[in-house]
Amino acid sequence: MRAPDMDAGVTAGDVLLAVENVSLRFGGVKAITDVSFDIRKGEIRAIIGPNGAGKTSMLNVINGFYHPQDGRITFKGRTRSKMRPYVAASQGIARTFQNVALFKGMTTLDNIMAGRTLKMRRGFFWQMLRHGPAMAEEIEHRKVVEEIIDFLEIEAIRKVPVGRLPYGLQKRVELGRALAMEPELLLLDEPMAGMNLEEKEDMCRFILDVNSQFGTTIALIEHDMGVVMDLSDRVVVLEYGRKIADGVPDEVKSNQAVIDAYLGVPH
Amino acid sequence: MTAVDSVRADTFAKLLAHNAAVRGDRPAFRHKDLGIWQTWTWAEVYENVRCLAVGLERLGLKHGEAIAIVGANRPKLYWTVMAAQMLGAVPVPVYADAVADELAYVLAHAEVKFAAVQDQEQVDKILSVSERLPLLRHMIYDEPRGLRDYDHTRLHPMAEVIAEGEEALKDPAVSSWLDGIMAAGKGSDVSIILYTSGTTGRSKGVVLTAERCIAAARDTVTFDKLDEKDEVLAYLPLAWVGDHYLNYAQGLVAGFCMACPESAETAMQDLKEIGPTFYFAPPRVFEQILTRVMIRMEDAGGLKRRMFHYFIGVAKRYGEKILNGEDVPLGGRLLYGLGRLLVYEPLKNVLGFSRIRVAYTAGEAIGPDLFSFYRSLGLNLKQLYGQTEAFLYVTAQPDGAIKPDTVGPPMPNVEIRLSESGEVLFRSPGMFTGYFRDEEKTSEVLTEDGFIKTGDAGFFDPAGHLKIIDRAKDVGKLNDGSLFPPKYIENKLKFFPNVKEAVAFGHERDYVSCFINIDLTAVGNWAERNNVVYGSYQELAGHPLVYDMLEKNVDEVNRSLAAEPMMAGAQIRRFLILHKELDADDGELTRTQKVRRGFIAERYAPLITALYDGSREADITTEVTFEDGRKGTISARVKIRDMRIYPAAVKEKAA
Repeated sequence: MRAPDMDAGVTAGDVLLAVENVSLRFGGVKAITDVSFDIRKGEIRAIIGPNGAGKTSMLNVINGFYHPQDGRITFKGRTRSKMRPYVAASQGIARTFQNVALFKGMTTLDNIMAGRTLKMRRGFFWQMLRHGPAMAEEIEHRKVVEEIIDFLEIEAIRKVPVGRLPYGLQKRVELGRALAMEPELLLLDEPMAGMNLEEKEDMCRFILDVNSQFGTTIALIEHDMGVVMDLSDRVVVLEYGRKIADGVPDEVKSNQAVIDAYLGVPH
Repeated sequence: MTAVDSVRADTFAKLLAHNAAVRGDRPAFRHKDLGIWQTWTWAEVYENVRCLAVGLERLGLKHGEAIAIVGANRPKLYWTVMAAQMLGAVPVPVYADAVADELAYVLAHAEVKFAAVQDQEQVDKILSVSERLPLLRHMIYDEPRGLRDYDHTRLHPMAEVIAEGEEALKDPAVSSWLDGIMAAGKGSDVSIILYTSGTTGRSKGVVLTAERCIAAARDTVTFDKLDEKDEVLAYLPLAWVGDHYLNYAQGLVAGFCMACPESAETAMQDLKEIGPTFYFAPPRVFEQILTRVMIRMEDAGGLKRRMFHYFIGVAKRYGEKILNGEDVPLGGRLLYGLGRLLVYEPLKNVLGFSRIRVAYTAGEAIGPDLFSFYRSLGLNLKQLYGQTEAFLYVTAQPDGAIKPDTVGPPMPNVEIRLSESGEVLFRSPGMFTGYFRDEEKTSEVLTEDGFIKTGDAGFFDPAGHLKIIDRAKDVGKLNDGSLFPPKYIENKLKFFPNVKEAVAFGHERDYVSCFINIDLTAVGNWAERNNVVYGSYQELAGHPLVYDMLEKNVDEVNRSLAAEPMMAGAQIRRFLILHKELDADDGELTRTQKVRRGFIAERYAPLITALYDGSREADITTEVTFEDGRKGTISARVKIRDMRIYPAAVKEKAA
């Protein structure tokens, strides 16, 4: 799927985000234990692992939804242990959710427009009036949103309430909303879950295009191994909250611990 | 170059220059981009086309060389056609959904040196077959998305080509050189090569010259009184003669505006926004629209539904008569007027038909009920008959003289003759000069005195309107000697909303049998309303209740065939419902969605054997091609139903 001249694993980018010795507990349950890895600028980084391995928790930690008890997270050179989701968002981290989280009664256009909220400078009052500078601002944002609609090829559903759309398209709209933030780091939680083959291939193409065209760094959780190995530059594998492998797809594929985690070990 | 008299303009480039001079401020092209309709005037289009022409010339495109045009209806692709014609090069449009193999065949056969394509998808397709195209030198593309990392030595963004041309045109010498090239263009030069969809075998390149194209377009523009205030939605495939004729040639002759839809999926919405005044759609599209309207009306509130059905009844009684200018009682007129206010006009508005003055359908027979439905709403829908070799028109129905089962009298300046075997022959102003690089085929279809054999069997009715029955070579005979016109039977079946496609067999056999494809929209909706549970197309198609329903349809066809003494022998004895939809990707339909009967007979041979050996069911495994070109197989056990046969209507009895 990748252009042959782009050798996976040699992407020489600076570290955009580093996770160091992070541990997360819910009461006595250890969700993540002492995990460290980094995400380099411009790469597609996959996080994989069996059910309950702590993948979604990891994404929640990265975008500030959960606060880890131990460890540090460095994003764009700034280290922190606690951050609120809207701060993460305003610093350039956008995400999509495992179960689509859109405003079902709103149209595709309005949903993606909602992704521009953080970029709006005019206050609530001006926006309500839809006049003068607020109007000019709205037109400017609408242009960005229309470009995303064009990019994701969803012109035909621009004015359709998302609740009426099939699941695969809802996922695409959700990606659109995340893109509307013009993020530096895009977190995708199972972008291809529940899709048929054709929808998966479309989504793969969009993810690759986002990465190559906008230079967006992408971290994704995915269960479809074919997709992961095709798409990602590097893969980190979690099991029971611990990191068991980290490297380019070929290394990870042949790692015994990973094979055991996925296929089970004879007792 | 200043105003050129449009009557003397014998090339499309000269027509373009003429339009830029006399109606420079009028809209020529529209395209919905980023949600907004962008408009280019004739003057702007002319400038852009000049830049593009110079840009292409700088890349090395020469007089007489072929340039492939592959993609959806985009202004820039139409401009490439114009720019190529300006240089005296030959545009060869190719169907955008053609698979790589078909594309490679056409590009290699037409010896294209350049290709202008829409996007990455088409670039990839051409690159995948590049070893079969040694002559191809350069590719230019409209949409840059995804192409950034490609090798750009022989690949150029169209915007860049235009910009280079613009830069070069600042030099007056270049500008006057271009004027000279345009002026030197002759009407007898090849204007375009259109590849036929290939109902039979490989597609053939139909060579058309500028003067003939323009002469034909002038006749029809006069016939339908088209002018610069008209507007069309250019949504038909670029490579199809219909688009090149109805939109491109007529647009340049009449000076009207071509609006390009945002994408293929949005065409219906765009239609509503543009509100074209001239419209063409194949019968299939009119059928889909009607099916959708009917389904949506089923879901409407009780009052609305009753109002709709009542006034549709009124329209059925009076609508067509009013459109044809016949006598209608005052009460009828008043009721119809009320219906217009409450139902017809709002409905037409929803469909985007409000401003249509002239609408055509062609390509296949249209069901009489379907045809009347639209006409009764006040839509001036007409039929035409034509083919690529004629540059479309052979016959067309004039306003006010419409008979649903004919295709009208010959167009002005068209001569029609019937051969002894009943085949329709014609000679027309727009007719082709031959098939590209295929003298043998050319001489096969041309008679000695220069008529073209259409391959269709037909006859004239007393009023001089042509009636087409079937392909001449397809009209077969059953073993007992009765006539077997497959398409005639198939069309009767297809007029039922449940039937999407039908394929009849019977030539040199004991009786007629047929394959049926159900229409998933209609049958699926019926299943929903009747609590019929199904998991897939295949399961629905094989459902006993669906078989029962279709049995009734086939029975009705048999009854109507029995009523015609000539056709009574062709009643359907046995039928089956196919487990998969016939698909152009599998080669079962042509790109214009016509059934390829011979191919289907081969592919489904076990099913045909079963239809004639008395079995009650049969197993079949077929290979299918997915959109990305990969292949898979589908297997199924298909049931067969026996039908009742009616005695032929005897003349004495009927009298």
